Amino acid sequence: MNVKRILVAVAAAALAAGAAPAPAAEGAKLDDVEVNVTDVASLQSGARTFVNYCLNCHSASLVRYNALRQLDLTDEQIKDNLMFTAEKIGMPMDIAMRPRDAKAWFATVPPDLSVIARARGADWLYTYLRTFYRDASTPTGWSNLVYTSPVMPHVLWKLQGEQVLKEVPATTRDGRPVVDEHGQPRKLAKLELTVPGRQSTAEYDKTVYDLVNFLVWMGEPNQLERKRLGVWVLFGLAVLVFLTYFLKRAYWKNVH
Amino acid sequence: MANATTTKAHWALRLFEWVDSRFPLSDLWKEHLSEYYAPKNFNFWYYFGSLSLLVLVLQIITGIFLTMNYKPDATLAFASVEYIMREVPWGWLIRYLHSTGASAFFICVYLHMFRALLYGSYRKPRELLWLVGVLIFLSLMAEAFFGYLLPWGQMSYWGAQVIVNLFGAIPFVGEDLAIWIRGDYVVSDATLNRFFALHVAALPLVLLGLVAVHILALHDKHVGSNNPDGIEIKANKDPGTGIPRDAIPFHPYYTVKDIFGAMVFLLVFSVIMFFAPEVGGYFLEHNNFFPADPLKTPPHIAPVWYFTPYYSVLRATTDELKWVIGVAVVLFMLWGLVRRGGNTTRMLLLGTGAVLLALLVVLEAKVWGVLLMGASVVIFAFLPWLDRSPVKSIRYKGWMYKLALTVFVIAFIVLGYLGMQVPTPTATRIAQVSTVAYFAFFLLMPWYTGIDKTKPPPERLT
Repeated sequence: MNVKRILVAVAAAALAAGAAPAPAAEGAKLDDVEVNVTDVASLQSGARTFVNYCLNCHSASLVRYNALRQLDLTDEQIKDNLMFTAEKIGMPMDIAMRPRDAKAWFATVPPDLSVIARARGADWLYTYLRTFYRDASTPTGWSNLVYTSPVMPHVLWKLQGEQVLKEVPATTRDGRPVVDEHGQPRKLAKLELTVPGRQSTAEYDKTVYDLVNFLVWMGEPNQLERKRLGVWVLFGLAVLVFLTYFLKRAYWKNVH
Repeated sequence: MANATTTKAHWALRLFEWVDSRFPLSDLWKEHLSEYYAPKNFNFWYYFGSLSLLVLVLQIITGIFLTMNYKPDATLAFASVEYIMREVPWGWLIRYLHSTGASAFFICVYLHMFRALLYGSYRKPRELLWLVGVLIFLSLMAEAFFGYLLPWGQMSYWGAQVIVNLFGAIPFVGEDLAIWIRGDYVVSDATLNRFFALHVAALPLVLLGLVAVHILALHDKHVGSNNPDGIEIKANKDPGTGIPRDAIPFHPYYTVKDIFGAMVFLLVFSVIMFFAPEVGGYFLEHNNFFPADPLKTPPHIAPVWYFTPYYSVLRATTDELKWVIGVAVVLFMLWGLVRRGGNTTRMLLLGTGAVLLALLVVLEAKVWGVLLMGASVVIFAFLPWLDRSPVKSIRYKGWMYKLALTVFVIAFIVLGYLGMQVPTPTATRIAQVSTVAYFAFFLLMPWYTGIDKTKPPPERLT
């Protein structure tokens, strides 16, 4: 794992000196999240949350239910626990709501989530799903820190509870107030939990983490196979580099 | 074995002879490999020609397999790419090879071109070789542009929309031309279908043809490869054999060397492809994982990294930059007045300047942006006639060329970086300065290479 990470870092650094073009984000700073698509328990829990809370309005039509076998689940487990609308294990994760109805009801079609993690990035999703707050001015009664005036209500509110937006003076790490260029104290948007949900903050963060982890896995189910194969290919190529180097040297022995 | 040859030649040898007496097989092998004599001092920069060829082959092979599963249909295209990524056996590998290969192609070609700038490989007698190379570069850009629409993501769609709309800026015929290219009033299914045809059939054929011409022009008996010293090895031949004294046959020397280079390249390529195929959004843009939506314009549209230097030039061309161009044109006319030479040349220079000034008044900045963007690519074609240095290689050129090339490379990278970012007033100003530096490298070249102090190149390769 470490070797892979170093290789990735070297490749990225070599090609991407400077700030990477980040996925489009509005407003708030995103929380860093380190996903781990090898954590099968987390992926299973994320799949459960996904099927129960997301897969009613959002489809994942590029993913078949039997792809979940890769999360160490048997066909029976998938059918009994995760498949509510489809009849066959080989069917895609579609939803019953028709796009035209969605348009009439929500004014927009909820996006398909198959590759949403690749479009938005894990940080965005993780922050988005945790920063809904009560806002009486919107039609749904909810607003969000990273996606202002979302059409989506806070679907997970029973788990998280209700947050409200508070403005607090910003402070440095040792507690001194921060001022802006005009000498005014800088304000920070802060969310405060006013009505607790079924889960504690830590539990809810874990629920969202698992869900995001699952979305990242779903964005590219072959990513683990890709890295596994990559190690072997690199090993083979390293041998070939070594062999061809000495082949070249042998041929060039007499060239001066 | 020896027994077989005395009585009856081996079947493989007989087959070879049968073919060779009906087709110039051994002649081709000799002319292009075993008896193609290349300078013996090729360095690191000389790997990128053969590597470009390797990537071309890789793109064609992976492209054929992608075509078997891809659907050039606006309602199916996005899902069919993900179908390749998920359902087709090894589809993800083929697709990543192709998407990584696209960027690798440009990296190799840019380094190949930089080699020419280092060692003056575009100079006489290689002008035609260079011109064919510029045509290959243009075709490659077209190929990449058409191919980028095919995944039918948001960046595919809006990138194509922006670029095709540029043609709309051309006076009088622009709007009709843009509609003719798209086959519709906006980028649509019709556009996708024709871009698919151009990407998988038309441009690969053009590219292959041009690459063949490029290699033939290089292997011509009067031309041959340049080298890091920039001297003509054919000027010093062994009178007995007629082979240049500083040359070695391409095969086996450079074939084994290029195979080694290919292995190192594939190693680096694999690190990227297997462990970071998106390269943080540079090779595969995040926004392109949103399916194309003609009703939702993304707030920030940026082309893929290999197009961003030129895109930056386009964005940097504001009304202010038009003034800078105007001043440059006036200086050009003044120079035409004072320079020695016949009245015809003088009139020609003044006439060109007057036309340019008139165009500055008539055409808006947007049109000039399109013109400058085009010029920033095409201007490479004029290098053989812009460089007036008595020597070819940077090893023997003076500080002025070294400085100019350094500034040019920095300007190119800065433009490329800024082209990916959201424009701000400061960024636009930096892009404008870089644009001026970019063009100054070419347009001032006759002057600074003419007065630059050079060192005498050696008689033989060092």
